[in-house]
Amino acid sequence: MSVQIWTYLFIFLSFGLYILIALKSKAGSTHDFYVAGGGISPLTNGMATAADWMSAASFISMAGLISFLGRDGAYYLMGWTGGYVLLALLLAPYLRKFGKFTVPAFIGDRYYSQSARLTAVFCAIVISFVYVCGQMQGAGIVFSRFLEVDITTGVIIGMAIVFFYAVLGGMKGITYTQVAQYCVLIFAYMVPAIFLSLMMTGNPIPQLGFGSELEPEYGGGYLLDRLDGLSQELGFGTYTEGQKSTQDVFFITAALMFGTAGLPHVIIRFFTVPSVRDARQSAGYALLFIAILYTTAPALAAFSKTNLLDTVNNAEYSTMPSWFSTWERTGLITFNDKNADGRIQYVGNAEVNELTVNRDIMVLANPEIAQLPNWVAALVAAGALAAALSTASGLLLVISTSISHDLIKRCLRPDTTEKEELNYARIAIFVAVLIAGYFGINPPGFVAEVVAFAFGLAAASFFPAIVLGIFYSRMNKQGAVAGMVAGFTFTATYIIYFKFINPALSTAEHWWFGISPEGIGTLGTLLNLVVALAVCRFTAAPPIEVQEIVRHIRLPGEHH
Amino acid sequence: MSDRNARSYWKANIRIVLILLCVWFFISFVCGILLADFLDNFRLGGFKLGFWMAQQGSIYGFVILIFVYIRLMDRLDHQYKLDQIETADKPHAAHSTIVDTEVKP
Repeated sequence: MSVQIWTYLFIFLSFGLYILIALKSKAGSTHDFYVAGGGISPLTNGMATAADWMSAASFISMAGLISFLGRDGAYYLMGWTGGYVLLALLLAPYLRKFGKFTVPAFIGDRYYSQSARLTAVFCAIVISFVYVCGQMQGAGIVFSRFLEVDITTGVIIGMAIVFFYAVLGGMKGITYTQVAQYCVLIFAYMVPAIFLSLMMTGNPIPQLGFGSELEPEYGGGYLLDRLDGLSQELGFGTYTEGQKSTQDVFFITAALMFGTAGLPHVIIRFFTVPSVRDARQSAGYALLFIAILYTTAPALAAFSKTNLLDTVNNAEYSTMPSWFSTWERTGLITFNDKNADGRIQYVGNAEVNELTVNRDIMVLANPEIAQLPNWVAALVAAGALAAALSTASGLLLVISTSISHDLIKRCLRPDTTEKEELNYARIAIFVAVLIAGYFGINPPGFVAEVVAFAFGLAAASFFPAIVLGIFYSRMNKQGAVAGMVAGFTFTATYIIYFKFINPALSTAEHWWFGISPEGIGTLGTLLNLVVALAVCRFTAAPPIEVQEIVRHIRLPGEHH
Repeated sequence: MSDRNARSYWKANIRIVLILLCVWFFISFVCGILLADFLDNFRLGGFKLGFWMAQQGSIYGFVILIFVYIRLMDRLDHQYKLDQIETADKPHAAHSTIVDTEVKP
């Protein structure tokens, strides 16, 4: 069977499964719609959180990014997992005890202020929209590459599926589909990795394989030593050594961690479990499930980089395997024979280099590069779609609840009945799907840039405000709002300046303290903290009821 | 629960969190970034140690950290009898199990 037929089969089966789950879990109340009735087990929630978290970018792009960054790629690995430690220790249990539906609800109630609530609604919607556009685009790309339908059709199919289970089931539908999606995506990620590891090192566990010796037909010796040697020889710098400045790696890692802990679509998952204890446990399970993929990604990166360098380096263009021309047609590989010798020079020096390779190749083309069976390639397509759709649905729910609950019910029309609120939530998710779909089909050129934006923003606005709200009962609304505004404005200005207004100046010598726009969220977080604490000192303490809320959320079991 | 009890529970909780955050900082920022070049002088099979900490070790460490936190907090909750309320299904039933019903001053 051809790759295409296999792909149709897998996608048909997995989508059928998602629809079946949606039909079985229809939401009857806002409690169902927002937090799946609050009765999700920690294990289920952990799995759903992992799928929620791992996006099209984690699945398709991360291994490729690492293979080009070498050791520095670790800031993605540590940043996007280390944030869960902060989430588990500093946020999840307390927010669960607080027991509301959304992040803006916490900010609004804890800081007894509608303007704080509205600031939070604004941040939550901006962050989630930025993200969801990327997911839709990812889904479209997978459809177009594997099924050869055009991107528009691909995005519309994706939208229809998300629409179906998100609108019908809300959080309840999303949770159980995400569990299925986690299983699909992790299986699809691991199978090629295990195959590659076995082939190249004889070790079935990729995490160990990339520290093992190569099989004789791959030249023997430790894999990473060989990769270091090849990289040095071609002028790319040593793979296992850092290329970026230490302080930049430090700040980017911290910004990604703080951002991870402050992202609303992850935080709301912890409202779905029955108790504080379950919230802690499900943070543990979530990270465990995420770590399976995140520890495999660097192995995959090393395998495919070695494979790529071995295959193309100084080889005759005419002897390239068939996958080379397949991906050349999609524009992900381009070859320009500058010195017209018919051979491929793939080197670090841009003047001489003749080959450009898109990072997404490392995952998408892996099955072909390693000559794995056709069904493995098809599996990767289904996995990438699962990753894109699961994240998209979580984000859409944040947008929908922010509008129906925080904006309409809590600010504009407090007399809204539950039934009306549920309808508003469904309408909001419907409109959000349409807008996200539109941007998936007509992606704004800056999607990649705004990822830094979303993390920086979450880090500099939500994270300090929530942590201070829990751990410092004296923190008042003036301090929190001033801190959020300062952190947000500073981070946004820095990123907009270097990414949009003056990208030519975005080099280490112009950055403050050598911190790139990706890492500036860390400074934004610190600024938020300093401003919040300073303003708080000079303004009145919060009312006694609010201090009572803080006392209440600090104790796991006590009911009011 | 009395105010005094609540305060000492919170203090113990903060201590656990701070200690674990120190470990979190050490395995990621210190071993994976600041000392990575130095640790690269040592090897772990085919890995240089600094590289391994950055791309593998720190992640395993994070997972272990959260599960240690779960254990420590379970023990603390048990010590302060907060877990009994936790496991009870109905809030009403839960209230009857609170041993320390001292009224706040």
